[in-house]
Amino acid sequence: MRDITNEILELIRRTSSSLPKDVEERLRASIEKEAPGSAARGALETILKNIELSRANSTPICQDTGTPIFYIHYPEGWSTRRLREQVRAAMVEATRRSYMRPNAVDAIYDKNTGNNLGGDDFPTIHFEEVDADQPLVIELMLKGGGCENVGAQYSLPNNNLAAGRDLAGVRKVVLDAVQKAQGQGCAPGILGVSIGGDRGSSYIKSKEVMFSKMGTRNEDPKIAELEERLTKEANEMGIGPMGFGGKTTVLDTKITGMHRLPASYFVSVSYMCWAYRRRKLVVRGEEVEYD
Amino acid sequence: MVKKGYAMHEITIPISEETILSLHVGEPVELSGVMITGRDAVHKWLSETFIKRTREPRGDDLHVYEALKKYLDQGVLYHCGPVVSGIDTKQYKFVAAGPTTSTREEPYQADVMKHFNIRGVIGKGGMGPKTLKGCTETPGVDFHAIGGAASFLAQTVQRVVGVYKLEEFGVPEAMWVIEVKKFPVVVTMDAHGESQHKAIDDESRKVLDDLLQMP
Repeated sequence: MRDITNEILELIRRTSSSLPKDVEERLRASIEKEAPGSAARGALETILKNIELSRANSTPICQDTGTPIFYIHYPEGWSTRRLREQVRAAMVEATRRSYMRPNAVDAIYDKNTGNNLGGDDFPTIHFEEVDADQPLVIELMLKGGGCENVGAQYSLPNNNLAAGRDLAGVRKVVLDAVQKAQGQGCAPGILGVSIGGDRGSSYIKSKEVMFSKMGTRNEDPKIAELEERLTKEANEMGIGPMGFGGKTTVLDTKITGMHRLPASYFVSVSYMCWAYRRRKLVVRGEEVEYD
Repeated sequence: MVKKGYAMHEITIPISEETILSLHVGEPVELSGVMITGRDAVHKWLSETFIKRTREPRGDDLHVYEALKKYLDQGVLYHCGPVVSGIDTKQYKFVAAGPTTSTREEPYQADVMKHFNIRGVIGKGGMGPKTLKGCTETPGVDFHAIGGAASFLAQTVQRVVGVYKLEEFGVPEAMWVIEVKKFPVVVTMDAHGESQHKAIDDESRKVLDDLLQMP
């Protein structure tokens, strides 16, 4: 297998400094919904200026370069051990080049490692094997701490919200999570919702669902309808960009279902800030492609 | 919630009591002068070592404290964990420097503001009732910068004057002394007891209650 450390470094640079076009387009479209001269509109204008500046200068869109979450789909025969080493080497170099802020802090001893490596779990790497004739695909998501902190997990039924174990209950708890988040997750945000699983798998799935493009709807029309409805209703709450008040609070909602134990019914809501950094690298032999 | 027609205030740090009392929720401000960054580790350290005094000063604590007093008196504290280049060479440059979520400092902020006579804190997401009370008592305000606009905001940083506790706290948590020019913010909590965050929270709660009644 070839060494792709440099390609992973380039993936990190692109992810940190160049917001995906589909996200940028959504942000651009939302400007017109906000009143001229309003703080909401001013916030969106600043956000768009920042997106252009970061892309032009290869500087981080947000100083919180987040938790690096890698999904590596590797062809049969590739070494996951070597891939992990290459990801970690790329992360150290990306930090040195200021594409990434040193973000790995030992939680017990309060010490920042300074190079974005921390134990076996930082950065987070998920491996999935594919057939030997398939390309190597690496997806990277950088998820900032501010929005991660406003994520929420509900165990249904929830008496306070009168939310039962059905889609009507799911709707209620997701709206509650958006109201509680206010502007603190750097609205306008994107919601990743997972229904089912255990506490751990459910949260992981709520992030995985966010790798899809903006506007991608669940195949089940019933779920797709709920996705659309949640985005619309979340925006009726008037929280607005940065919580300044306004019409743009949530840009998109993505829902996925899992299997659950008869006893459990979890709804996990991952909130992604407007700086929705996710990029992909595809390696086919000598050919390298970035999205 | 900047209402139309508000004129931009251009304010130089240090900020007088009179100037801070002239500010109201919703008003846009451009700040120039020397400010200092401080977030979670800084607030905890300041509170435990110098305000509640549950921990003895150690290492360079007292020296840093004396320096901080100078910068924070009528000064501005920025909740920010920047990306800084030149760490190896000490030729520091701010690369990305947007605000972090302020509410984590809610347990400490009012006491820290009063202790150092801080005129403004900059962050995002707003703060709670304890800080709002601190704003009226100090007096000071909570300024809101645009979260995530890190490359844009770093461009207002003219130079890095110095840094404290870099080794101990790490790059994001260290206290960076920076000179800024026209750093753009909006007043979201003022020295007259008004909070834009509380207003939006209350209004959105009412809408949520209505939505929860719907099937």
